[in-house]
Amino acid sequence: MQTRRETLHRSAVVASLLAATGLFPQFAWAYNNTAFDAKSVPDVLKALGAGAPVASKDVMIEGPDIAENGAVVPVGASTTLAGPKQILILVEKNPSTLAAVFHVNDSIEPNFKTRVKMGQTSDVYVVAVMADGRALFAKKEIKVTLGGCGG
Amino acid sequence: MRMTKILAMAALVGLAASAAWAQKTTEEGIAEYRAMLQDGNPAELFEAKGEDLWKKPRGPKNASLEKCDLGKGAGVVKGAFVELPRYFPDTKRVQDLESRLLTCMETLQGFNAAEIANTPFGKGEQANLEGLVAWISSESRGMKFNLPQSRTEEKTMYEVGKRLFFARAGTHDFACASCHGTDNKRIRLQDLPNLTKPSGAASGFGSWPAYRVSSGELWGMQRRLNDCYRQQRFPYPRFGSDATIALAVYMGVTGKGGESVAPAIKR
Amino acid sequence: MGDPMRIRAQVAGANAVVRVLMAHEMESGQRKDSAGKMIPAWHIQDVTATLNGKTVMTAEWGPAVSKNPFLQFTVKGAKAGDKIGISWKDTKGDSRTDEATVS
Repeated sequence: MQTRRETLHRSAVVASLLAATGLFPQFAWAYNNTAFDAKSVPDVLKALGAGAPVASKDVMIEGPDIAENGAVVPVGASTTLAGPKQILILVEKNPSTLAAVFHVNDSIEPNFKTRVKMGQTSDVYVVAVMADGRALFAKKEIKVTLGGCGG
Repeated sequence: MRMTKILAMAALVGLAASAAWAQKTTEEGIAEYRAMLQDGNPAELFEAKGEDLWKKPRGPKNASLEKCDLGKGAGVVKGAFVELPRYFPDTKRVQDLESRLLTCMETLQGFNAAEIANTPFGKGEQANLEGLVAWISSESRGMKFNLPQSRTEEKTMYEVGKRLFFARAGTHDFACASCHGTDNKRIRLQDLPNLTKPSGAASGFGSWPAYRVSSGELWGMQRRLNDCYRQQRFPYPRFGSDATIALAVYMGVTGKGGESVAPAIKR
Repeated sequence: MGDPMRIRAQVAGANAVVRVLMAHEMESGQRKDSAGKMIPAWHIQDVTATLNGKTVMTAEWGPAVSKNPFLQFTVKGAKAGDKIGISWKDTKGDSRTDEATVS
C-alpha cells in the first residue's frame, strides 16, 4: 500500500518525465526547479524543453551598458515574432542563470520590463521560446560595478 | 634609443587619451542607468506605508498624526518638507522633519520619543519613520526649498551648521567640506555634490530621503548624516541632535530655490 | 500576506500599460549573515495578472529578480475602468493579491 508521500513522489516523477517530453507545455510543473537551478544558458533551455538558441534580430533586449549596482539592473525583454510562448531573461554568469520566465498569450504583448540582480559583469540574454520549441535570442553585455562610499 | 623613448611617450599619451575617453562614456553610462531606474522607484512602497501611518490611530493614545504641525499648521503636509528644518514655538527648538515627527508621535500618540531615537535604523518605529518621511517628502516633490530664516534661532542654526560643515576633526582630520566643499569631486563612481553652492546643496539636500538600491532601504536625512559621520570616522551623532539639524539648515538654506526630488533613488 | 503592491495601469491606445512595484525581500540565498551563516532563499516564484478576473499573464521568477521587484507589461484590449489584478506567491507559500483600475 503506497503512502501518500510515495504517491506524491511517484506523480512528481511522472509529471517531470511528461514535462521533459514536451507533452504538457508550460503548465506541466508550474515552477520548473531544474530550469532555475541550471548554471548555463544551454542547460536552462534544455530544462525548459527548448532547442539550441539562435540569435535573432526579432528579439530585443533593453538594458544599461553599465550598472552602478548589480543589485538592481533594469532589463527590457521583447520580440516582434508572432506567437512566442515564453520570454526568458537569463544572466549568464549568475549562480543560477535563469532570472525570469514570462508566459505569453494573445492577451498580452510579448514585452516585459523588470529588474534583475547581477553578481558580476555578464552577458544578459532575452530568449523567445516558440510553440515548436525553437529558441531565439538577443544578448547584451552589461558591466557591473560597485559604486564608492557615497550616494 | 631616442626613438623608443618617443614611441613610449606616444604610447603613454595614447593610453591616457583613451582612458579619458572611456571615463566620459562611463559617466554617461551611469547617468543612463540612473535614468532607467526613475520610473518605478521602490520608494513608492514606503510612501504608501507612510500615508497609511499618518492617518492610522496608533500608540498608547490611539491617535493618528493628522493633527501634527510640520510648520505650516496642524495637519498640513503639502509644502512642509521644503520648509524644514524650522523653528517650532511649542518645543522652542529648530527641528527637522524626523525630530518633529518624534515630537508629534510622543505628544499626539503617546510614543516614547527617546526610545525611538535610540532604536537602530530600520527597526521598530524607526522603520515606520522611513515610511512617514518618504510620504511627507513626496508631498513636496517639485516644490522649491524655502527654509525660513526669520528667527534668531533659525539664523543661529545656519551659522552653527556652516561651522560644523567646515570643522575638521576625527582620526582622519576630515570635515564635510573634505568631500563636499569643492566642485567635481568623486569617490570612485559617486559624484559628490558641492554642498557649499546653491545648485549642489539643492541637489544634495533635495535628494534625501532616498531609496538605496544597494541595500533596498529607504534612508532619511538623519541616516544619511549618520553615515557621513561614520565615513569621516567621527563618533555617531544622536538621532535628531542639534548638530544634524544645524547641518540640515546650512544645506537647506544654501539650496534655497532648488527643487526637491525626494524621495529619490540612489545606488 | 506581505505589504501592498503599487499598481499603475494606464491606457495606451487600445492597450493598457501596467507597472507594478511589489514589496518583497527577494532573498537570493547567496548572502551570509553577520555570523557567517547563509541566509536562506526567500523569493517570489509565481506572478499572475488578471484583467477583469481573467488570467492574462503568468510568470515564474527565480532569486535573481531584484528586491522590491518592478514589473511592466502591456495588456491588450484593456480600457479605462477595467480591473487589473496582480498576485504573487513566494517560496514560503505566502501570497498577496492587489487590484487597480485602468485609468
